[in-house]
Amino acid sequence: MSKTPIYLDYSATTPVDKRVAEAMIPYLTEHFGNPASRSHSFGWTADDAVENAREQVAALVNCDSKEIAWTSGATESNNLAIKGAANFYAASKGKHIITVMTEHKAVIDPVRELERQGFEATFLEPEPNGLLDIAKFKAALRPDTVLASVMLVNNEIGVIQDIEAIGNLCRANGTIFHVDAAQATGKVEINLEKLPVDLMSFSAHKTYGPKGIGALYVRRKPRVRLEAQMHGGGHERGFRSGTLPTHQIVGMGEAFRIAKDEMALENARIRRLRDKLLAGLSEIEEVYVNGDLKQRVPHNLNISFNYVEGESLIMAVKDIAVSSGSACTSASLEPSYVLRALGRSDELAHSSIRFSIGRYTTEEDVDYTIDLLKIKIEKLRELSPLWEMFQEGIDISKVEWAAH
Amino acid sequence: MAYSDKVLDHYENPRNVGVLDKNDDHVGTGMVGAPACGDVMKLQIRVNDDGVIEDAKFKTYGCGSAIASSSLVTEWLKGKNLDQAMTIKNSDIAEELALPPVKIHCSVLAEDAIKAAIADLKQKQAIEV
Repeated sequence: MSKTPIYLDYSATTPVDKRVAEAMIPYLTEHFGNPASRSHSFGWTADDAVENAREQVAALVNCDSKEIAWTSGATESNNLAIKGAANFYAASKGKHIITVMTEHKAVIDPVRELERQGFEATFLEPEPNGLLDIAKFKAALRPDTVLASVMLVNNEIGVIQDIEAIGNLCRANGTIFHVDAAQATGKVEINLEKLPVDLMSFSAHKTYGPKGIGALYVRRKPRVRLEAQMHGGGHERGFRSGTLPTHQIVGMGEAFRIAKDEMALENARIRRLRDKLLAGLSEIEEVYVNGDLKQRVPHNLNISFNYVEGESLIMAVKDIAVSSGSACTSASLEPSYVLRALGRSDELAHSSIRFSIGRYTTEEDVDYTIDLLKIKIEKLRELSPLWEMFQEGIDISKVEWAAH
Repeated sequence: MAYSDKVLDHYENPRNVGVLDKNDDHVGTGMVGAPACGDVMKLQIRVNDDGVIEDAKFKTYGCGSAIASSSLVTEWLKGKNLDQAMTIKNSDIAEELALPPVKIHCSVLAEDAIKAAIADLKQKQAIEV
C-alpha cells in the first residue's frame, strides 16, 4: 500500500531531486564565493558555476545563455517582464496590454498595477476548453498594444496555449510578447530559437529544483529592453541587481539538465499514469474534466465531481495531497477564477480537484487514489440531497432556491 | 481549517442519513439553502398520532459543519413534540458542535430546516383536517 498522504500536487511544487541537492551543497560550504568577485579564485569558481548553470537552463529552452537573467522565481520574472517592458516601450508604442483571464495571479496582478498607473488592459476570456481563440486575440490587438502576456501551460488545468500563433501576431503588430512558462519546463518542448517570444519566465521549483530561484529569458535578436525593477549593483546586465545565490542557481541548472535529458521518457511514464487515473475516475458518474484533454501537459488532471460540495470533498480526500478548485480560506470558499472563466458553474468549480502527477508518483499511488475517490464520492453523494434530486430526474438549475 | 472532534465525528459517522416518504401525512419535509451558496439541507420528520417526532432523517450538500449540524438535529428531534422542536436554537447547535464564527450559518440553516419541516407537516395536517 502507498504511504499516505500521497503527494499529487506537483504543479504546486516538486521535491528537489536528490541529484540536484547534491550538486548544490558544495556551493554552500566550500565554493561559497561571490560570483561578482573578480579578484580571486573564490569568485571565479562561483562565477564558473553560475555560467555553467546558465548554459544548462538555456539548453533546455534552446536559446543563447546570454539571454537568461536570474531572478528569485517566476513571480519576479513576470513582474520584471511585464512592468519592465511596458514601462520601457510605453512612450514609443502605447499603453495597451493584452492578457488572459486564466493567467496566474503573478501576471494578472502586475497588469492590474499597470492599469492603476494609466495603462489600459484587455483580459481575454478563453474558450470553454481553456484555450485562447487566436482570432479573438488578433481582434484585441491595437496599434498601441505595447505588450501581450499569455502563459504556455496553465497551472490549474494544464492546457497548452498556441504560443507560436500568438507570437506571430504580436511580431506583426510590433507588440512585445511575454510568456509565463513556469509550469512548462520539462513538460513541453520549448524552442526559443523558433518561437516568436520576446520574454519568458521560468521557475526552478516546479521542475525538481529549489524554491527561490527562477530566470527570465530576454531576447537579444531582435533586442528586447526592460526597465529594471530592482536597482543596485547592476548584476545580470542591469536587469536585476542583487548578489547571485550560487547554490540556488547551480540547483536550477542541474534540475533543467535532468529535465532535458529525461523529459521524453518521464513524460511517457507520467502520461500513462494520468490516463490510468482518468480512466479510473471516469467510472464515477457525473464527473467533468476541466480543460482541453488533447492540448494539455501529461501531468495534469483537473476534474469536477458534480453534486458533491467542495469543502467536504477536501475533508474526504485528506489522504491525498491535491489542490482544490476552492481556495478554502477561513472566511469563505471562493471558487477557482480559472474554472469560472471557462464558464463552469459555481457548484462545479467548487467541487473540482487538480491532480498533478510527477517524477515520484507510482502506479500504486494512482490505484489508491482511484479507490479512495470512488468510496468517498459515493459516501458524499449518499448524503447529498442534490444527488437524490438528480437521480429522480429533477433539473437542479430549474429549482427555485431560497437564497440565504 | 480545524474542525472540532464533534464535527469530525458527525462528518465521519453521520446519524440518520436517509429519506422518509414525503407523501406520508405524518411526514414533514424541509429543504433549505441553495447549491450556489454551497449548502442545501433536507430534513424530514415523522410524527406519531400524539404529535411526537418518532423519526428524523436528513441529507445535506455542504461542508463538514453543515453535515454535522443536520446530523446533530436529527438526534435532538427524536422524542420531542413539535412545540419542543421549535425551541431548538441555532446557538444551541453551534455551541454543541463548537462551530467557529464563519460556520455559524450552518447552524442557522439547520434551525431553518427544522422550522421548514414543521411548517410542511402542519400545512399537510391542516389540509387533512
